Amino acid sequence: MDPETLERLDCLIDEAGLEETDLIGAMQDIQRELNYLPEEAMRLVAQKIGVPLSQVYSIATFYKTFSLEPRGRHLINVCMGTACHVRGGVQILEKLKRILGIDTGGTTNDQRFSLEAVRCLGCCGLAPVIMIDGKFHGKLTQKGLDRILEQYE
Amino acid sequence: MKTCRTHLLLCAGTGCVSNGAFEVMRSLEEEIKRHNLTEEVSIVATGCNGFCERGPTMVVQPDGIFYQRLTVDKVPHLVEEHFLKGRPVKELMYTEAKGRPPVPRMNDIEFFRHQVLIALRNRGRIDPEKIDEYIANDGYAGLARILKEMSPEEVISQIKKSGLRGRGGAGFPTGMKWEFARRSAADLKYIVCNADEGDPGAFMDRSILEADPHSVLEGMLIGAYAIGASRGFIYIREEYPLAVERIKRAIRAAEEYGLLGERIFGAAFDFSLRVVRGAGAFVCGEETALMASIEGKMGRPRPRPPFPAESGLWGCPTNINNVETWSNVPVIILRGADWYSSIGTPSSKGTKVFSVVGKVENTGLVEVPMGITLRKIIFDIGGGIPGGKRFKAVQTGGPSGGCIPENKLDLEVDYEQLAEAGAIMGSGGLIVMDEDTCMVDLARYFLAFLEDESCGKCVPCREGLQRMHEILDDITEGRGTMDHLVLLERLANTVKKASLCALGSTAPNPVLTTLRYFRDEYESHINEGRCPAGVCKALIRFSIDPEACTGCTACRKVCPTDCIAGERKQPHKIDPDRCIKCGACHEVCKFNAVRKT
Ligand SMILES: Cc1cc2nc3c(=O)[nH]c(=O)nc-3n(C[C@H](O)[C@H](O)[C@H](O)COP(=O)(O)O)c2cc1C
Ligand code: SF4
Ligand code: SF4
Ligand code: FES
Repeated sequence: MDPETLERLDCLIDEAGLEETDLIGAMQDIQRELNYLPEEAMRLVAQKIGVPLSQVYSIATFYKTFSLEPRGRHLINVCMGTACHVRGGVQILEKLKRILGIDTGGTTNDQRFSLEAVRCLGCCGLAPVIMIDGKFHGKLTQKGLDRILEQYE
Repeated sequence: MKTCRTHLLLCAGTGCVSNGAFEVMRSLEEEIKRHNLTEEVSIVATGCNGFCERGPTMVVQPDGIFYQRLTVDKVPHLVEEHFLKGRPVKELMYTEAKGRPPVPRMNDIEFFRHQVLIALRNRGRIDPEKIDEYIANDGYAGLARILKEMSPEEVISQIKKSGLRGRGGAGFPTGMKWEFARRSAADLKYIVCNADEGDPGAFMDRSILEADPHSVLEGMLIGAYAIGASRGFIYIREEYPLAVERIKRAIRAAEEYGLLGERIFGAAFDFSLRVVRGAGAFVCGEETALMASIEGKMGRPRPRPPFPAESGLWGCPTNINNVETWSNVPVIILRGADWYSSIGTPSSKGTKVFSVVGKVENTGLVEVPMGITLRKIIFDIGGGIPGGKRFKAVQTGGPSGGCIPENKLDLEVDYEQLAEAGAIMGSGGLIVMDEDTCMVDLARYFLAFLEDESCGKCVPCREGLQRMHEILDDITEGRGTMDHLVLLERLANTVKKASLCALGSTAPNPVLTTLRYFRDEYESHINEGRCPAGVCKALIRFSIDPEACTGCTACRKVCPTDCIAGERKQPHKIDPDRCIKCGACHEVCKFNAVRKT
């Protein structure tokens, strides 16, 4: 990792707080900044907050937010909540897998998209729903997906 | 609020925002400026109004006119007609069905008419980002009252008397929980708001945090005073970015006003609050896992006792309540326990917020008195099933809950009645299902969900759910036998009895209730190799009914494997060998000609 990035991470961790209770928050901020948690970053958090690396690693693998591999430029979260399930969420996920040629949890070769299945996104009124980079797209049909993906370079 | 003649309460909840509420808002602002109406008409971006189905929505006050499905191109006409010329625009009002007259006023619309708003009292009425608006609507008056007039014991006795029970799932009496925490002697005590909202299909907590964050803060402050806590946490899902932002902003505002911090209202009462973001683990909604997560560890449940009231965060007495529970508290203090307990049933007092979703006409969030029937919620408020389909079941309580069939729709919703039917109240998700939903697939869905979310600490949950999931895979893929059903029930009962936390011990509920009420569907899968609802891929075939097909070619264009053939205006045909059963043709056919058998 280049020194600039390291310094940025250093600041992020300071801002999140240096107590054990701030650990997950700090890791979330790093995940958001880099799209994943490289080993060096995990070592840095462990050292700054003063917890064993194994604890950082256990958190990184337990919670779904975190990824140990670099993710694509855009993250597609497909809702697999119950409301979306009964309104055809599975077909939406299957279609996305076919369009992108990747499985759930995968990243396209051009690093453009990563695909994740998540539990309810909390706007079930719009089921089926996906969230791309934090923006919601609802009342989806298989047919409309291509047009939505086009918006993300 | 400015002293304007007219206020436009535009819903800026997540549902409406994703339908373009902010674009509509910008366009409203422009048009209002263009007509020099800025002194007379003000726009307030409120939290979720509940009627997500019809978003973006807007209420015009003081007349209470309700506009729905707003789009940018309709705004100029709306502003000119209504706000310049004083003629409300009929085309943008709600109609119950095509051809029916529009219902201009919000309070006359069926969806809103039956609701009683306590937890959601300020939804769609105030700007959630302005503490002054909360205060102007009796906000923090409950806190002021207890600090001036009531001892902690009196507060607890009011909450006990009100009959308030936890809205996070189990329905434990809130006042009693507070009393336990009050009695635990310690220098430092904690209070936690559980905003992890894991139940897929429920979004009331999100809505409350987005629409009225101060109501939660005030509830927590009252609770903190009652049990003697000086520090608090709000544990909120990261997937709710808007709610996180709003609650953080609310905390800052409360700090500036001296409502958080030291010597609040000049009393000997200090309280500080922090936000912790959940990182995507369902089990962290369980209180002991949640506390581990706040401490910066892996979120795994631990055995109780000791209960959090004795030993919670860092070993200190801790009191955890759900978002909706907290937001009820200030109203109970202000309007009194007698008033609150006059609403509801003998065992369950007050109101409950439900998210009515799935195969229902008016999806959205509703708050209704306990004791209302499911039928009223689904058919009167929810408007029934769309597309002339038949109602099949309603699922309550999420992955820990159960499916309730049609002949039980008249049961009066409260904690006990739902439990008797094999379901639970849970956090209030009501997922409506019609004839196109396969109950075996649904049971499989919940098991897959829970298997994935099981923390893996104890064997019955970790292994048992996996085995049960495999059996359901077998049944939905045509390899099922009747012995499987016996085994399934046995496994279900073991997992129920032997799991450490409620994730495992309630996980079999969806399987058990579907077996109880929809056994015939399991039998069709097993004995006839048929999925009656047309869902289970391995058991269905797609074909085109030549009588109904108009030859419009729409399906041919969307088929990903090019397995549909046919000339324009001639009946089309699907090649079953190449069909991957993606359902794209079924989705686009406007003539209902694609069959799943
Ligand atoms: C697996 C599991 C998940 C849970 N998820 C939530 C949740 O998302 N939100 C919540 O308020 N309670 C949840 N609970 C219930 C909490 O453990 C706890 O009972 C509740 O927060 C107490 O608040 P209340 O008394 O106000 O309901 C969950 C319980 C289990 C076993
Ligand atoms: S029941 Fe399941 S989720 Fe709960 S502790 Fe056991 S393995 Fe973990
Ligand atoms: S979409 Fe329907 S009507 Fe049109 S060709 Fe296909 S089956 Fe026939
Ligand atoms: S189930 Fe998909 S948003 Fe709730």
